[in-house]
Amino acid sequence: MSFHFTILILVLPLAAFGINGLLSGKLPHRLAGWLATAAIGVATVLAWVTAYRYFFQSVSFEKIIPFRITWLRFTETLQIDMGILLDPISVMMLVVITTISLMVFLYSLGYMHGEKGFVRYYAFLSLFSFSMLGLVVATNLFQLYMFWELVGVSSYLLIGYYYDKPEAVAAAKKAFIVTRFADFGFLVGILLLSYYTNSFDFGLITDPNHAAFTTMTGSSFLGLSVLTWALLLIFMGGAGKSAMFPLHIWLPDAMEGPTPVSALIHAATMVVAGVFLVARMFPVFSFHAPEALDAVAFVGAFTLLFAAVIACTQTDIKRILAFSTMSQIGYMMLALGVSGYAEYGLGFTASMFHLFTHAFFKALLFLGAGSIIHAIHTNDIHEMGNLRKRQPVTHIVFLIACLAIAGIPPFAGFFSKDEILDAVLSSSPVYFAIAAFSAGLTAFYMFRLYFLVFWNRETVYDHKPQESSAIMLVPMIVLAIGSVVTGFIPFGKFVSTDGQPLHIEMNQPVAILSVVVAATGILIAWALYKKASPLPEKIASSLNGFYRVALNKFYIDELYLFITKKIIFNLVSKPIAWFDRHVIDAFMDFTATVTNKISAEIKELQSGQLQHYAYIFLSGVVLIVLIMIFNHA
Amino acid sequence: MEHVPISHVLIVTSAMFFIGAYGFLTRRNLVTMLIGVELMLNAANINFVIFDRYLYPDQLSGHFFAIFIIAIAAAEAAVAIAIFINLYRNIRSIDVEEVDKMKY
Amino acid sequence: MATSAIIFYIIAGVMIIFSLLAVTSRRILRAAVYLLFALAGTAALYFMLDYHFLAAVQLIVYAGGIVVLIIFSILLTTHINEKLEKPAPGKVFITSVLTLGGFVVTVYTLSQHNFIVSDTPQAEATVNHIGEKLLSVGEGGYVLPFEVISILLLAAMVGAIVIAKRKTSGS
Repeated sequence: MSFHFTILILVLPLAAFGINGLLSGKLPHRLAGWLATAAIGVATVLAWVTAYRYFFQSVSFEKIIPFRITWLRFTETLQIDMGILLDPISVMMLVVITTISLMVFLYSLGYMHGEKGFVRYYAFLSLFSFSMLGLVVATNLFQLYMFWELVGVSSYLLIGYYYDKPEAVAAAKKAFIVTRFADFGFLVGILLLSYYTNSFDFGLITDPNHAAFTTMTGSSFLGLSVLTWALLLIFMGGAGKSAMFPLHIWLPDAMEGPTPVSALIHAATMVVAGVFLVARMFPVFSFHAPEALDAVAFVGAFTLLFAAVIACTQTDIKRILAFSTMSQIGYMMLALGVSGYAEYGLGFTASMFHLFTHAFFKALLFLGAGSIIHAIHTNDIHEMGNLRKRQPVTHIVFLIACLAIAGIPPFAGFFSKDEILDAVLSSSPVYFAIAAFSAGLTAFYMFRLYFLVFWNRETVYDHKPQESSAIMLVPMIVLAIGSVVTGFIPFGKFVSTDGQPLHIEMNQPVAILSVVVAATGILIAWALYKKASPLPEKIASSLNGFYRVALNKFYIDELYLFITKKIIFNLVSKPIAWFDRHVIDAFMDFTATVTNKISAEIKELQSGQLQHYAYIFLSGVVLIVLIMIFNHA
Repeated sequence: MEHVPISHVLIVTSAMFFIGAYGFLTRRNLVTMLIGVELMLNAANINFVIFDRYLYPDQLSGHFFAIFIIAIAAAEAAVAIAIFINLYRNIRSIDVEEVDKMKY
Repeated sequence: MATSAIIFYIIAGVMIIFSLLAVTSRRILRAAVYLLFALAGTAALYFMLDYHFLAAVQLIVYAGGIVVLIIFSILLTTHINEKLEKPAPGKVFITSVLTLGGFVVTVYTLSQHNFIVSDTPQAEATVNHIGEKLLSVGEGGYVLPFEVISILLLAAMVGAIVIAKRKTSGS
């Protein structure tokens, strides 16, 4: 069974990027947009075909490498390849990325219509698709790192798309710098790992029986084995890209980009790259570095609760969704962190399942938000209200997405979140309590958003908001169907830690508990926000201090600014800058001055005075004769 | 002249040559520098004649050299003085330290 | 000591003394006249060597032509009553060191060399003979340098006239 066509899945978006990028001045907008959309459309079809062939026509789910070329070779085993690796999680990710991308490309034809940089937008979007697809099919760790950086660059280009707005530029820089800082840890981790394993290849380094792992676990540093350190550093890279605490500061600001970009990159695909990385390296984590896995679980759980609390207070519709994304990714990390291997690998499957369903309903939420913003031209939810009459289709799909994320059956979120709760329960009751409580918070803040936008009070709008055009509605409807249907996929049959199907049964008590918690959250939101009432303000003022802290995102941004400005700049950068200016530059100036002075002196030799020249002639002759005499003698 | 060893004569001519060189390098007036040049030429002239007389008396080549050198020295002195006169017309001085345009 | 040797030493002394005076005198005209005497001394030396024609040429051209030219140029370009200034002592010092050094090196080289004085009879240096040699094209003939010198003299003449000509306005 040949999978050689899978290279096209990567090449088509890259070609779209090339054409749109190089001909951006000359292509008519509609042609550029449809060209890129067609490219990604074909890639989507190919991805689905690959998935069908891989999952339904293969006997067992083992790694298939249809394409590999060696790029840089350091030693016989240590080399950087470029290739395509097909295994359950990468095929699943191919489906997710191409489908969501196609929906976003179609949606953007309507949303970005009339923008000046339309072709540039599609070029960058295609570049992003190419990079993300390359990341998930990477055959070795370095190729993954390279595409990781490419994804970061595409994200930077797209967040800073409105380059005239200083906030957008600042947000793009912040995103890039924070993720770059995390990637520094990632690189150190890669180097550390490959130093011992002598290979970057995933086939080799995720084989739990690899000989190098015994040496790595043998030697230790500060109480943790070298392998644990390497994996922790690699996780640092993943945490940066997935906006885990404390490297989460870039994600709310990244909402300055166009909304379809937020839907694609910061909800469904790029931010789950970190989860994907941990999943890819999971055998190593699970067998040889359980402490690293504990760290993953802790970070996931903390971010989960942290983001959910902040989301309850925010007023910008996109920022609420951003914190919601952060929280859901916390769920995925937590599930990975508590997962075991083989028959105990429920957490792994649950995490991947939640990734899959989350992509659909979160992208739908963002596209819906985009539809609302496109109609009303504001992001502030307190300026919205009673939109259900003006935008009925948006209303319905948005409601479906909110129900899905809250975890109400039979929508997709219920099944995936339930599996996560089940996996967490068997590992730690504390984490379970956090996860369950946050599920309630999730339902609360999502429905707070829903009610404030679509119900609440009748607001007077400057321009009458209309329903969005068909080109924007069709992707949303497709995603809504996805949010309903994907919950019924028996994920354990396809994706599991060791490639063998995992039989999952629904844990009844946990399911009932999660529905009850979600329903409670929805009811509280109904009571507070369905009709305009002074109750929310009263509650907010009674929790005054805590409310303000949560509203300001726990002042983490200010803490970072303090550390960089007051500590790093003053104590580290200023002395270094002084040294550079006064010692190194001074040395250069000194060399230049000395050269100048010497040359000025030598210049005087040619004085124009006849007698000076005559002196030199005569002395020269006498000298030469002297030398000749003494050589002879 | 058989009784004067050749080296004595050559010492005399070398002395005259270097005296001429001293005059050329020390004097400020262009004309007195020319006097030094003439002394040097003269010393070289005597050298030619002496070599011819002592070492190759059957050929008269040194003799003819000397004649030619005298002719050339005359031509050169004429041109040099023409230059001095032109220079004097331009800068009203023939001090060699004021003629310093051949420089950087 | 043979009389010729004595005469030679006297002439040598005269030449040296007058050259020294020529280069160190502070009055220009006296320097020119001292030069004249030094050149006359050279002519005397040539007479001693029986090179009559050469000595005559020396007196006529060198002493009579060049020194007169020098005197003319002095009269045209300087105030002859002005005393020349003494050169700077630094200059004097360096120059004396240099020339003395050169002199010592030359004398040393000369003393090391073994001059083989030949005792073949001297060729005739009469005016007839010289004239024949100057214009002969055969062995030992100097007609080529003779012609070249004439061109050189022509060039020098033209050059001197051109350089020293007063520029007439509007030419």
